[in-house]
Amino acid sequence: MEISLFLKRMRSVTQALLIALMATLSQQATAQDGDAASGETLFNNNCKACHSAKDEVVVGPGLKGIQQRRDLAWLVKWVKNPNGVIQSGDEYAVALYNKFNKAQMTAFPAFGEKEVKDILAYVEKANTAAAPAAAAGTAAAGAPAGESAPSDLFTYILVALLIVMLLVLGVLMAIVSILSKAVSGEATASAGTSFSDRLRDGLVGLSKNSAIRSATVWFFILMVTKATVDGMYGVGIQQGYAPKQPIAFSHKLHAGQYKIDCNYCHTGVNRGKSATIPSANICMNCHGVIKKESPEIQKIYTAIEKNQPIEWVRIHNLPDLAYFNHAQHVNVGGVQCQQCHGEIQTMEVVEQRSSLTMGWCIDCHRKTEVNTKDNAYYDKLVELHKTNSKEPLKVADIGGLECSKCHY
Amino acid sequence: MENQTKRYWKGLEELRNDETFVKNAHNEFGSFEANDSTQYKSIVDGIGSDRRDFLKVLGFGLAAVSLAACDAPVKKSIPYLNKPTDTFPSIADWYASTYAEGGDYASVLVKTREGRPIKIEGNKQSSVSKGGVSARAHASLLALYDAEKLKGPKKGEADADWDTVDKEISAQLASIAAKGGQIRIVSSTILSPSTKAVIADFTAKYPTTQHITYDANSVAGLVKANGDSFGKAIVPSYDFSKAKVIVGLSCDFLGSWIAPHEYSVQYVAGRKLNSGKGGKKDMSRHYQFETTMSLTGANADYRAAVKPSQEGLVALALYNKLSGKGGTSLGADVDKVLDKAVADLKAAQGAALVVSGSNDPNVQVVVNAINSALGAYGTSIDLGTPVYYRQGNDVAMNGLIDNVKAGSIGAVILYGCNPVYDHPRGAELKDALSKVELSVSFADRADESSSLCKYITPAPHYLESWGDAEPKAGFYSLQQPAISLIYKTRQAQSSLLKWSGANPDFYTYLRNYWKANILGGENFEGTWTKALHDGVVEKGAAAAAASVGAVAGLDAAIAAVTASYKASATGLEVVLYEKVGMGTGALANNPWLQEFPEPVTKACWDNYASVSQKTAKELGLSQDDVVKIEVKGKSVELPVLIQPGQANGTVSIAIGYGREKAGKSGNGVGVNMYPFIQNKAGFANFSVGEATLTKTGDSHKIAQTQTHETVMGRRAVMQEARLAEYQKDSKAGRYFPHVSTSEGIKSPTEITLWDGYQKPNHSWGMAIDLNSCTGCGACVISCQAENNVSVVGRQEVINRREMHWIRIDRYYSSDADVMDKSLSGSKALEIASDNPEVVFQPLMCQHCGNAPCETVCPVLATTHSTEGLNQMAYNRCVGTRYCANNCPYKVRRFNWFKYFDNDNFDFHYNNDLGKMVINPDVTVRSRGVIEKCSMCVQRIQEGKLNAKKERRRPVDGEIVTACAQSCPTEAIVFGDMNDPASKLSKLLAEEKEGRAFQMLEEINVKPQISYLTKIRNKDVDATKAAAKEAHAEHGGH
Repeated sequence: MEISLFLKRMRSVTQALLIALMATLSQQATAQDGDAASGETLFNNNCKACHSAKDEVVVGPGLKGIQQRRDLAWLVKWVKNPNGVIQSGDEYAVALYNKFNKAQMTAFPAFGEKEVKDILAYVEKANTAAAPAAAAGTAAAGAPAGESAPSDLFTYILVALLIVMLLVLGVLMAIVSILSKAVSGEATASAGTSFSDRLRDGLVGLSKNSAIRSATVWFFILMVTKATVDGMYGVGIQQGYAPKQPIAFSHKLHAGQYKIDCNYCHTGVNRGKSATIPSANICMNCHGVIKKESPEIQKIYTAIEKNQPIEWVRIHNLPDLAYFNHAQHVNVGGVQCQQCHGEIQTMEVVEQRSSLTMGWCIDCHRKTEVNTKDNAYYDKLVELHKTNSKEPLKVADIGGLECSKCHY
Repeated sequence: MENQTKRYWKGLEELRNDETFVKNAHNEFGSFEANDSTQYKSIVDGIGSDRRDFLKVLGFGLAAVSLAACDAPVKKSIPYLNKPTDTFPSIADWYASTYAEGGDYASVLVKTREGRPIKIEGNKQSSVSKGGVSARAHASLLALYDAEKLKGPKKGEADADWDTVDKEISAQLASIAAKGGQIRIVSSTILSPSTKAVIADFTAKYPTTQHITYDANSVAGLVKANGDSFGKAIVPSYDFSKAKVIVGLSCDFLGSWIAPHEYSVQYVAGRKLNSGKGGKKDMSRHYQFETTMSLTGANADYRAAVKPSQEGLVALALYNKLSGKGGTSLGADVDKVLDKAVADLKAAQGAALVVSGSNDPNVQVVVNAINSALGAYGTSIDLGTPVYYRQGNDVAMNGLIDNVKAGSIGAVILYGCNPVYDHPRGAELKDALSKVELSVSFADRADESSSLCKYITPAPHYLESWGDAEPKAGFYSLQQPAISLIYKTRQAQSSLLKWSGANPDFYTYLRNYWKANILGGENFEGTWTKALHDGVVEKGAAAAAASVGAVAGLDAAIAAVTASYKASATGLEVVLYEKVGMGTGALANNPWLQEFPEPVTKACWDNYASVSQKTAKELGLSQDDVVKIEVKGKSVELPVLIQPGQANGTVSIAIGYGREKAGKSGNGVGVNMYPFIQNKAGFANFSVGEATLTKTGDSHKIAQTQTHETVMGRRAVMQEARLAEYQKDSKAGRYFPHVSTSEGIKSPTEITLWDGYQKPNHSWGMAIDLNSCTGCGACVISCQAENNVSVVGRQEVINRREMHWIRIDRYYSSDADVMDKSLSGSKALEIASDNPEVVFQPLMCQHCGNAPCETVCPVLATTHSTEGLNQMAYNRCVGTRYCANNCPYKVRRFNWFKYFDNDNFDFHYNNDLGKMVINPDVTVRSRGVIEKCSMCVQRIQEGKLNAKKERRRPVDGEIVTACAQSCPTEAIVFGDMNDPASKLSKLLAEEKEGRAFQMLEEINVKPQISYLTKIRNKDVDATKAAAKEAHAEHGGH
């Protein structure tokens, strides 16, 4: 039953996709060429890992002038099912296959004529206006660097203020003692003593004051207690945990520099609980050709030859008692990977940026608005919420704080 | 509550109000008593420890925590090396397959996670099993992860490798065949047509081979009778849904006879009612004549207890009365029910069905004559579509044992059977097996039979194997592996092919067989893929054979029945029966099944001697007394269980126990009763005969769950009515409590201290139809598998600490008037308890809107959700157990121990392989926390997520709890009560002014679960009805 239901659902989804596709197609029917903007997204998400828009070879051939080389119908056929084209004995395809060390291109069965046209439009645009695009890229990179600066400055100011206040306190106490002595008629007697002596006397008097003494003692007890409690809360929290991995894989290089979409490797992220660590065959999609000689890449080859999977060190360890599902957050909620994992595209070695405590989860569930856009699941809830409240619909409003959402 | 004229009780101790019962009722958590085993008392368990121990543990704990905090363990995350395209970790894959073991059949869907099967569910596409899966089929999953199975072939005691074993066996087979020595393949029923083809190929290679089939619980007598009567030696298809009047003669067709789950579906189809406009307001009527109180008898409208020695005469009397001849009297009680049955049967000509569980061909011939006279053939019985669940031939098997003893057999190959254990003449075979030159077994372990064989070539579990099944002529189903081989095992079919010199690849063989015989060559790839996906291929039954003519051999049968049965026997008779859960004992090493409470006795981890209250009194027996039973020179010692409804002067004992070489969970549990089976003219007879019974003076406590949870005398738990009352008023039998307030009399639901919870999104709930629930218990095991429910073992069940999240309460009741305080009145109550009415009520957490548990939890570990669920956060729970104290339904379970990795609980959670069955989406609870039904919240969450991912609302039916999913009769309906289109909402809308009630409405806890009243198709007694009305007027304040 489940299987048939699933198939039925799949069918309806495909239908919906088709309808959406046709709608966009009809919109653009007047424009002969594809949409370069959408082509850019498509290219970056799907093609860029292996192809350059220019004529240099990455894994596969550069796409510059591809329209002159092959006609559109062939390209669509090829993109949809490269294996099929090769199998059919197409001369060009076979030659291409052999030229690139029999590394076969990934199939994109969901791509139609429209997608291919868009990509072609982008390739053309990229080749005519290459220079300005490159300049724009570098500007965006430096932005997040100084993020911690304000908080540091704040601490310095606070410390400075504290010192100033202590000094002012000392001076005030000295003045008080002078004045009180003046009032009691001792002013003349002590007229000769220096200001520093008076300050010292004042502080000694202060230390003999029992109220201040006990306040100080209590202050320290509370500080120690707080430090202990904070320390205890930190038990089991691995924030900042950045273990050495068996292969020195760099997210900075892959996700940052080459802008490979996270989805390309973490294929489960939109589907299930686990985002999944890519299997070696995904690495081989590119590294079947690129940088084969690198000792790190050679480790993947060794793993495949020995039929031994690579044992990565798990960084984000959620306790077994908590259920977390990536699909709910990424696919349904539209949450960016970086929100929990930090600026992953800048990390040479990945570390745990968030605390992953329940408080951290709850905090986000309280603040985050539900991504209800175009999701019929939430329609009724949104309507109901509108009648009761003017605030936006937060995760907490639809039961995001309930125990059984994560613990069962 | 006083208006309840019926009195319900869960056990005789409750009816009698025994001292221990009362004590236990007030102290729901069994504490350690002097006679408790002390094995658990230690520091680590926190029991029996003093202050010093406490400080030691505390100190150690602190040190451990601070040490542990220094360095978190490094966890590895290991991806696939080469990920299969359509499989994603954390997303379940489903495969259609077939459970066909020893004649039990179900088309199943197997849920696998990360490559391991974790759940079995019914395949609704099969019109044979109709999505029904028995408790045993659910539990068969655990057998896959049995760590005590053989890890490779064995030669004698020693491990061997396949090459050597194959070479030696092939050589010996060849030499035996060359000498003209006899080769026998012995098996239990094989449903697989391709396997039979393999055996035929093997026979072609070694022509002296014969295939002998036997069944531990045989129906060979029925087959013989059909052969004699109609010339068709088959088991016909029965359709209980087509019968308005059903008469069962010692036939447990809902529990253990032939295909109980298929029959349950049909039976309940004829008994479903609907209070909506134009709804079905008529149901079949069921009479049962039997010795043991069986699951079927418990469901019957009218039941009469007969002795096994009368069994044949009941059939004969029925026949005589139907054909207008007078018959011998079988006692006033039985005659009364018989006459009524006859009248109803006559009126229901063409829509009646009589079935007998007897293995005596003569009795079955008489039953055939009755069915023929009633016009059952062509309507409720289809001789044209044979079923193949039981193919055993008792005569042939007896012949084989004679031959083995005579030393005239050269080779014996045991296939899926254990005759030394489960054949009545197992002991003879045990001694004689050494005379056979070559003996090979395909058993998965060195069991009673295979340990005596020269070779064991273990076959894998069915979830690791390819195969097929033809349960019914024209209905095929495929079996595909859902996991690769765990050990170095090989399918029996491959072994047979290998030894006959053919290609041992059974998958190819199976495909070719299906291509040639079932699917045809046209577009084979397509049809084969579809068959694998669907699991079943149904060509449909042949047109039902029209009504048959005269029954041949009737007169001879009548004469034989008259000669061999007695109307009034005085001796104490012993009869054997098969338990619903344990079956024939093949799965004895399955802790889930061992701890599964038998539906009627609610006993587990044992077999026992059931006797009636009267017999016990006469013999001076009380519950748990160990008695020595001697029959025909054999004797056995068993504890006594006093069973209401048991025929007086009889003892019932279950087969399937007393395994010696099954494994840790099965060995030494109960006593093996197979040697007691009688050979009556070549047919296995479960009626053992007259016995002497003596008390040994010992006592052996039977682990019974029946009175463990009490609802503290609140009696409006169960609500029932008779059909005529229901037809007049669909609210018949309902109880409407009232509370006196300063503003007058009100319904308890109108006054509350609570604010209640908003359920803006979903409101998950269930409706449980007490009329559809047969009490089979499939839901109990399904829930256990889904929710990682621990097995606690016999002693802990006795300590009242079983962990099942769903239990099926079995209430006895009698229609004696509890208001009648006179002496004769209470006497009537006692007499009625001899043959009580039975009703089953599945009970799990009711997910109360005003939950009493939630208010008393000091740490907010149990809270309410906005979807109507009562949530339980294990990690928050500190184990005060206040919630369980305050739960009116007693559905909360406390983890007294850590049940995993604990040598005191050496079941499947104590080894790595056994833990593979764990559902990764559900926490395994640790010691010291309360757990309970979560309404399968993991399934709800998964279903909601699937809907959200597809940007739509969940569709009714895609989210379903494990219990509702597994219910073959759809007695449990789960759904969203906020969705007006859901099946549940529609059902409740129809039944709101009808049969739907909420349990214990008087305390206004607003459960999410509704029950539908039980309706019995019994005549209304005019005087009782009047009395009832009078009570209704006076009572209830």
